[in-house]
Amino acid sequence: MSDDSRFSPETAHSSGVRPGADFLPRAELRQLQTERLRQTVRIAYDKVPLFRDRLAEVGIAPNDVRTLDDLVRLPFITKTDLHDAYPFGLFAVPMGEVVRLHASSGTTGRQVLVPYTRADLEMWTEAMIRSLALFGVGRGDVVQNAYSYGLFTGGLGIHCAAEAIGATVVPVSAGNVERQITVMRDFGTTVICCTPSFFLQVVDRAQELGVDLRQLRVRVGVLGAEPWSEPMRLRIQQAAGIEAFDIYGLAEIVGPGVAGECSVHQGLHVLEDHFFPEIIDPASGRPLPDGEEGELVLTTLSKQAMPMLRYRTGDMTAICPGPCPCGRTLRRIRRISHRSDDLFIVRGVNVYPSQIESALLAVKGTLPHYQIVLTEQGDQERAEVQIEVTPEMFSDRIGVLAELEEKLTRKIGQAVGVHLDVRLVEPRTLVRSEGKARRILDQRHKVKTS
Amino acid sequence: MKIHQLSVFIENRPGHLIAPCRLLAEAGINIVALSLAETQKYGILRLIVRDWEKAKEVLGANGFRASVTEVLAVQVADRPGGLVEVLNPIVAAELNVEYMYAFATKLGDQAVPVFRFEDPDVALQALKTSSVAFVDTVELFSRLDRV
Repeated sequence: MSDDSRFSPETAHSSGVRPGADFLPRAELRQLQTERLRQTVRIAYDKVPLFRDRLAEVGIAPNDVRTLDDLVRLPFITKTDLHDAYPFGLFAVPMGEVVRLHASSGTTGRQVLVPYTRADLEMWTEAMIRSLALFGVGRGDVVQNAYSYGLFTGGLGIHCAAEAIGATVVPVSAGNVERQITVMRDFGTTVICCTPSFFLQVVDRAQELGVDLRQLRVRVGVLGAEPWSEPMRLRIQQAAGIEAFDIYGLAEIVGPGVAGECSVHQGLHVLEDHFFPEIIDPASGRPLPDGEEGELVLTTLSKQAMPMLRYRTGDMTAICPGPCPCGRTLRRIRRISHRSDDLFIVRGVNVYPSQIESALLAVKGTLPHYQIVLTEQGDQERAEVQIEVTPEMFSDRIGVLAELEEKLTRKIGQAVGVHLDVRLVEPRTLVRSEGKARRILDQRHKVKTS
Repeated sequence: MKIHQLSVFIENRPGHLIAPCRLLAEAGINIVALSLAETQKYGILRLIVRDWEKAKEVLGANGFRASVTEVLAVQVADRPGGLVEVLNPIVAAELNVEYMYAFATKLGDQAVPVFRFEDPDVALQALKTSSVAFVDTVELFSRLDRV
């Protein structure tokens, strides 16, 4: 495998931001992907018993994988597989070559430990540098990084790349809304990085404090790590006077930098020379054509410490058909609208949180933080949408609030096709994890066993 | 003539009323009038305090949803029919009272109810020539100090 086309953080640094593989002709990109896939399969097979066993089960040897088309013959890897392999089962290198460990945020209570070699960190930084280039972030920018630092990949992932391109990094980390606003105002922040739901809290609080975000220098939002919607992106842009970009990534693959939105805002370019995307029907596992929504499956093409073959991300999206007007040849995925495990069933009706989001936006032009709490009382299944009251929603008149509650109940019912109870709750009371919104709280089994 | 009232959203559950009250207590803010409107699930705590800006800041910084509303305070005779004497001109002016409550303390021999109209300026204008005696913030707090 030739690594000549891979650009290093050093070259990126010295030349400002080099587009790297973003504009490769498709044929050349395919050639590169093919070489890297073959090497990845070889490493996975040789070094990771789980992959060797899985390939053996379907009778595939590394040499059988010659082209990208052969990828569909490989079995999937799921989050459960990763949990079962905890902590070191998927390591393809000895600990001596591992220079950093991260862990997935483990909202389900089980973690995935993710190792990086030095080359992995360089590749990750390169991917993140190219993502920052998508957002127009460079030297001279003051980057307020409000992603959580620590085992979560968001903090350091953005930090290292922003520093490498010579931007000014403010490692404020997640949380403390007031402090974020103070930093944004006093430090002359031009780029804010955080989850969209956290940024909405910043918007609300700034409004309460009489700080007009549109008057500040902040011009770009790098928002990701959770599913959100286009109406929410537009609301954020309007309320804060920024251009909001979606960034996508996951620790199991590398962290942020797997895909990012360009200024055309019609999907996220996948950094395909490192991460190969497929879309499958989550039920049958069959590949779906471009434009059709399904589950995103990712294969790493240049990772050493923990290569990943056909990992089922659980994120629901589609490949955007056709080329992007920005000129990049990298294929695009649509913004992640929901996760496959976000789906919940109430009295036989399938419901996604994103449907509730659109109903909430329709009512007050505001997007409050919300959470769906599922409970069971006897044989009765109940779903309650808990909504944190925003300044726009609140009134000193009880009748206005009652009317709002009724309207929310009606709109949500229309949007999802089944009645859900609505409860207005105090701000900052709903569970968040690493600044990520947790949309569904399933307490059904707890109630059952008690 | 208008007085600032703070409105705070609280859930109708044990322990939720005390939280904002405790914050105000710790900040040394005295509540001079209040009312609590409730539904089965939530309520609105309405407060009148001297330093309403500080109170709003303290509550907001601690995650409470608090807003400011302008209300009108009126002096009425503390005897049977006192309130009716104030309500009569309000009815005559075709004003709707959204809600009202009263100060816990009297000003001299006068009771002080607080009225929330849809638009306090419209109400003030409509009642300008009436017998209704409004109390402004300065007057209110200086007289409360003397009590």
